[in-house]
Amino acid sequence: MKPVETAERTPEAGPEAANGGATLGTSRGFLRKQLQQILAFASLIVLVGFFALANSNFLTWSNMMGILVSTAVIGILALGTTYVIITGGIELSLGTGMTLSAVMTGVFLANLGLPLVVGVLGGIMVGAFIGFVNGFNVAILKIPPFIATLAMMLIAEGLALVISGTAPIYFTDVPGFTSISQGTLIPGVNVPNAVIILIGLTAVGAIILNKSVLGRYTFAIGSNEEAARISGINIRKWKILVYTLSGAFMGIAGVVLAARLNSAQPSLGVGYELQAIAAVVIGGTSLQGGKGSIVGTLIGALIVGTVTNGLRIMSIPQEWQTVIIGLVILVAVYTDILRRRRQS
Amino acid sequence: MTTENAVEPAPTSDDGGRPLLELSGISKAFGAVQALADVDFEVYPHEVLALVGDNGAGKSTLVKTIAGIHTPDQGTVHFDGEQVHIRGPRDAVDLGIETVYQDLALCNNLDVVGNMFLGRERLNAVRGMDEISMEQRAWEVLRSLDVMTISNVRLPVASMSGGQRQSVAVARAVMWDAKVVLLDEPTAALGVAQTQQVLNLIRRLREHGLGVVVISHNLADVFDVADRIVVLRLGRRVSTLRASETDPDEVVAEITGARTEREVGQ
Repeated sequence: MKPVETAERTPEAGPEAANGGATLGTSRGFLRKQLQQILAFASLIVLVGFFALANSNFLTWSNMMGILVSTAVIGILALGTTYVIITGGIELSLGTGMTLSAVMTGVFLANLGLPLVVGVLGGIMVGAFIGFVNGFNVAILKIPPFIATLAMMLIAEGLALVISGTAPIYFTDVPGFTSISQGTLIPGVNVPNAVIILIGLTAVGAIILNKSVLGRYTFAIGSNEEAARISGINIRKWKILVYTLSGAFMGIAGVVLAARLNSAQPSLGVGYELQAIAAVVIGGTSLQGGKGSIVGTLIGALIVGTVTNGLRIMSIPQEWQTVIIGLVILVAVYTDILRRRRQS
Repeated sequence: MTTENAVEPAPTSDDGGRPLLELSGISKAFGAVQALADVDFEVYPHEVLALVGDNGAGKSTLVKTIAGIHTPDQGTVHFDGEQVHIRGPRDAVDLGIETVYQDLALCNNLDVVGNMFLGRERLNAVRGMDEISMEQRAWEVLRSLDVMTISNVRLPVASMSGGQRQSVAVARAVMWDAKVVLLDEPTAALGVAQTQQVLNLIRRLREHGLGVVVISHNLADVFDVADRIVVLRLGRRVSTLRASETDPDEVVAEITGARTEREVGQ
């Protein structure tokens, strides 16, 4: 048998080298991760510049706030579903699930007259429950995410119509409800609460994704589910958690939307899921899973909101706006494919 | 010499002593296929044990049984002298049995640190991940194994070579006070230089006192690192050979079931 070739080297040589390596490695990895967010942000700046030159009404404070407010709902939906998409899943019940959450908030507050906090938390819980059921269907029953959430999209749409009797529920008799979206938390600064909620949730979402074990496992499951499983990670539990988290964001979006409209509109909601998914993809999150960022999603939502608003200000018909959003999604996904090809 | 005799007085490891891990009478069937039939298996500390056999001989099933991926239909497992029940990957890991799978089982989009700590992240006071502490520990482990080919532990492993990835997989396996490490075809996808890297790594695990089980089709690698060679054929353990006392021809004969002249002569 061959003698052992390598002489004993001192394992104690590690620590100093480790410290030097720690800072260096972290900063390089950090820059690498930031790159696609910087790219998305640059596109946003270019778009804003383009619309500002095209129409003088675009770059005003009130229009900027309008973009932010209309971005808030799609943005909140998109933040939550970023997790789902990073695990390699998809979430099609976002729009109608949000509607059902809004309708239930209406039932709790306007019909049952529950206290504001209870009603709002109840509405969010409804969203979280929808997400939980999606997670259960995907993780335990092994129904493909596309089918599971497509079915849930129909179920939620139908339930919202049945529960509301197809009529909007108004919050006129619920004092303080509309200020959830329309009021402003910071006195003296004219920034609506919907925007503050969006920014706050972005921070929370980014911290969970990057600093918590839930975030790490979200990436791990999307990157290599089998590897995650044999590493001892309880895939079922974490998948259900991810879908439930996305559902909770959906519930918050429902409350924010209802507060903005001062009503729960049972027929509104279809189509929001695609805009939210578009925001996620534009923000650099891969539909194949394993890759994505929360800040990217925020930028993606702002791009969707900016394009929608800019086209409207330029008096481009609604129908063409939809076409253009579709084209933007194609470009975003193709960019992702190009990026991946270059890497491998 | 019958195959039975070859098994009976199983050669012990260099320092004698009792096995770290001992399986007795393990059977496992998948439907009508008997993947393992009454297999005994033992690993000693400070040894590299090669597990060889043709495709379908049961090598991977045996390793996955030890790793807790499969539950045996019959048989007992002793670890460090005590009977244990391994019901899942976590149980095996808790005992100190770590596995490096053929397909590497790394998450491509996670960096080296993320992969090494996957499923066992260190948390800080506010239940966030303690990245600095994990990164320092990752460096320590890589250095202690003389892994000099990885210069940045914050790169996604997708961007690394096969040898680097295998080093990450091995380092991950041994950093948790592992006592037994199972490697499934660790050199299968590697070039010559990278294979040497991994074989050196395996020798270093032995120096550290671990029991190392290597599944391999490559007999050159087997004779390069192994102390003992266990041959499986059609789900049964047919012989146990000491690497210093045998040669590739004999091992091939055992794998395929052909008799060698030497055996016939005896």
